[in-house]
Amino acid sequence: MSSRETILQRLRNRTGGELTVPECDFSVLARPDWPTNERIERFEKLIESVHGEVHHVSEDSWVDRLAEVLNTRGARNLLVPKQHEIGQTLRAADRDDLPELLIYDEPIESWQAHLFNEVDASITSTRGGIAETGSLILWPNDDEPRLMSLVPPVHIAVLKASELYTTFHEAMQAQNWAAGMPTNALLISGPSKTADIEQTLAYGVHGPKELIVLIIE
Amino acid sequence: MSETAEHTGHHIDVKEFHPRAQAAIHNPKIRKNFRSAMDGLMSKRKAAFEGWDLETLRELGANVRLRALANLPDLLEQLEKKLTENGIKVHWAVDGDEACRIVRDICKARDAKTVIKGKSMVSEEMELNHYLKAEGIEALESDLGEYIVQLADETPSHIIMPAIHKNTGEISELMHEKTGTDLSNDVEYLTASARQQLREKFMNADVGVSGVNFAVAETGTLCLVENEGNGRMTTTVPKCHIAVTGIEKVVPSMEDVSALLALLTRSATGQHITTYFNMISGPRKAEELDGPEEVHLVLVDNGRSSIYQDDELLDTLRCIRCGACMNHCPVYTRVGGHAYGTTYPGPIGKILMPHLIGLDEGRHLPSASSLCGACGEVCPVKIPIPDLLVRLRQESVDGDNLHPAKVRGHGAKRSSKEALIWKGWAWMHASPGIYRFGTSAATKFRALQPSKAGAWTDYRTAPKLAAKTLHQRMKERGQ
Repeated sequence: MSSRETILQRLRNRTGGELTVPECDFSVLARPDWPTNERIERFEKLIESVHGEVHHVSEDSWVDRLAEVLNTRGARNLLVPKQHEIGQTLRAADRDDLPELLIYDEPIESWQAHLFNEVDASITSTRGGIAETGSLILWPNDDEPRLMSLVPPVHIAVLKASELYTTFHEAMQAQNWAAGMPTNALLISGPSKTADIEQTLAYGVHGPKELIVLIIE
Repeated sequence: MSETAEHTGHHIDVKEFHPRAQAAIHNPKIRKNFRSAMDGLMSKRKAAFEGWDLETLRELGANVRLRALANLPDLLEQLEKKLTENGIKVHWAVDGDEACRIVRDICKARDAKTVIKGKSMVSEEMELNHYLKAEGIEALESDLGEYIVQLADETPSHIIMPAIHKNTGEISELMHEKTGTDLSNDVEYLTASARQQLREKFMNADVGVSGVNFAVAETGTLCLVENEGNGRMTTTVPKCHIAVTGIEKVVPSMEDVSALLALLTRSATGQHITTYFNMISGPRKAEELDGPEEVHLVLVDNGRSSIYQDDELLDTLRCIRCGACMNHCPVYTRVGGHAYGTTYPGPIGKILMPHLIGLDEGRHLPSASSLCGACGEVCPVKIPIPDLLVRLRQESVDGDNLHPAKVRGHGAKRSSKEALIWKGWAWMHASPGIYRFGTSAATKFRALQPSKAGAWTDYRTAPKLAAKTLHQRMKERGQ
């Protein structure tokens, strides 16, 4: 008998007999339905408490703010999506106060060393955020691959205020995650951190040292 | 460190619990490191649940886990089907050795020489690193705490914070000695050095191995909770990702995950959520530009299906590995994780390990508790740890006819001398004449009572018999 059958048979022929299935009431997860401004406020408070940085911008002003943010950090380059309007807008802007714009349009194998060693910052879109925990929802795809939000030391995420949910539970229901998930989905709540050395917080241990959120209101 | 060196390597001698606990109690450094860490974690947990209806939330957590366990075989089949549809290969292992062989075979098929690992307690259970090393495959831990523990050739002393037993100075010396970094008490510097050392390894590793926090049957999704990003690196950069998990980690839906995630991180470290919550539902698709080409899941039984047979012991399988029970345990806080000599230390270890290794080896574990109840009170999924400790204590001494023994080594702690004393005690109390004679003789000759009564009086004063028995005093009062 295969291990699979052995295990399943042991579980099926349980000596204790059938187990009762309890009811699960998820209403305890609900938070008050905060208005958008309160969601923004809570999101900001939470993500700043774990070293995230929030900038309030508009459709017209976000590129200016991005340029400032990158300039203060002396970023030499910025990895942008190829298709997404964020990337389109940035490339079309043709501004000289933006660093060199890079595109992730070939398989990682051909430029891994460059990504790990030479890229200073990246910018990605989000599928919304979660006010209660200060989290961003990302579904990487071929336009914004998984490593874009992980390898460069500075990750900038664009969040539309209208897509800010109250709780994770609400977000996954509203976006119908049960219908199917992408190969990789993420909640990101701050820059990479560790407290493994004597409970002392240090940021940027393996992923980005900085997470900057541009909230478009 | 000499006090921990003895139980690294393949064989862990659980029986040496008492001398190790003694040594830990008398080691001020160990006590200080644990004390300060656990105090902080307790207050952080409390703060994180402020404004929550914690009791109702724990109730939901318990029910979500129970519901999953009630449907375990069906859920595992559904998970396998869904994962396979998503392109993830599923393997089944009855024990740790088989799981190790599966991992090895996947590595060999890819001609892999190096493995980078995210944190996984199941892989500790399997002693995977030792196994792979013997097979000529280098396995490197990438979680900073695990990395430190591996540099020191030790095992984790806490399931969430593996290197909590060491302070910054010790870590600095270790890293200096093993990796050549400068001696420094600057945690930022030490962390940055580890980042540098591991980045190379992420880029060059052939295979990434990770654990799983929740496996979702409905969507075929493997969920990983972490702060550092090493878990994402491990599961994204190498061309092959192998996840290993206990069979009990499966849940029906993403909705269940939302409830458990809310409890897990707050209970563990007092965080509302961790930095990364990583949901993996498949290998890289043709059009995608990164991610592993192959994803495998190894479902490990290793004694779990045996725990599953018994209605009470089954509660142990609800565990979501948050570590809150150890953070709040007065025994764990004083002796630290290494004293137990087991993969899982602390209260959950005291009930889980006897299942996995048997009571003959783990007979001291259920007794290493003051039964204060803190572990049961903080458990996010309401595992009745104190009740299970009592039951295992009972089983370890005499077995209980009410519960057909489910744990190997039933009666391993039984002492015939102790049994005889209790037999005599019962006989005396059942015979009024002998009882009266015995008690009056005992009070008469109370001056001869010894002042030492074995281990009991090592830390306590022996109780003195009263000058008169209760019966005599009641008689004098005319009642």
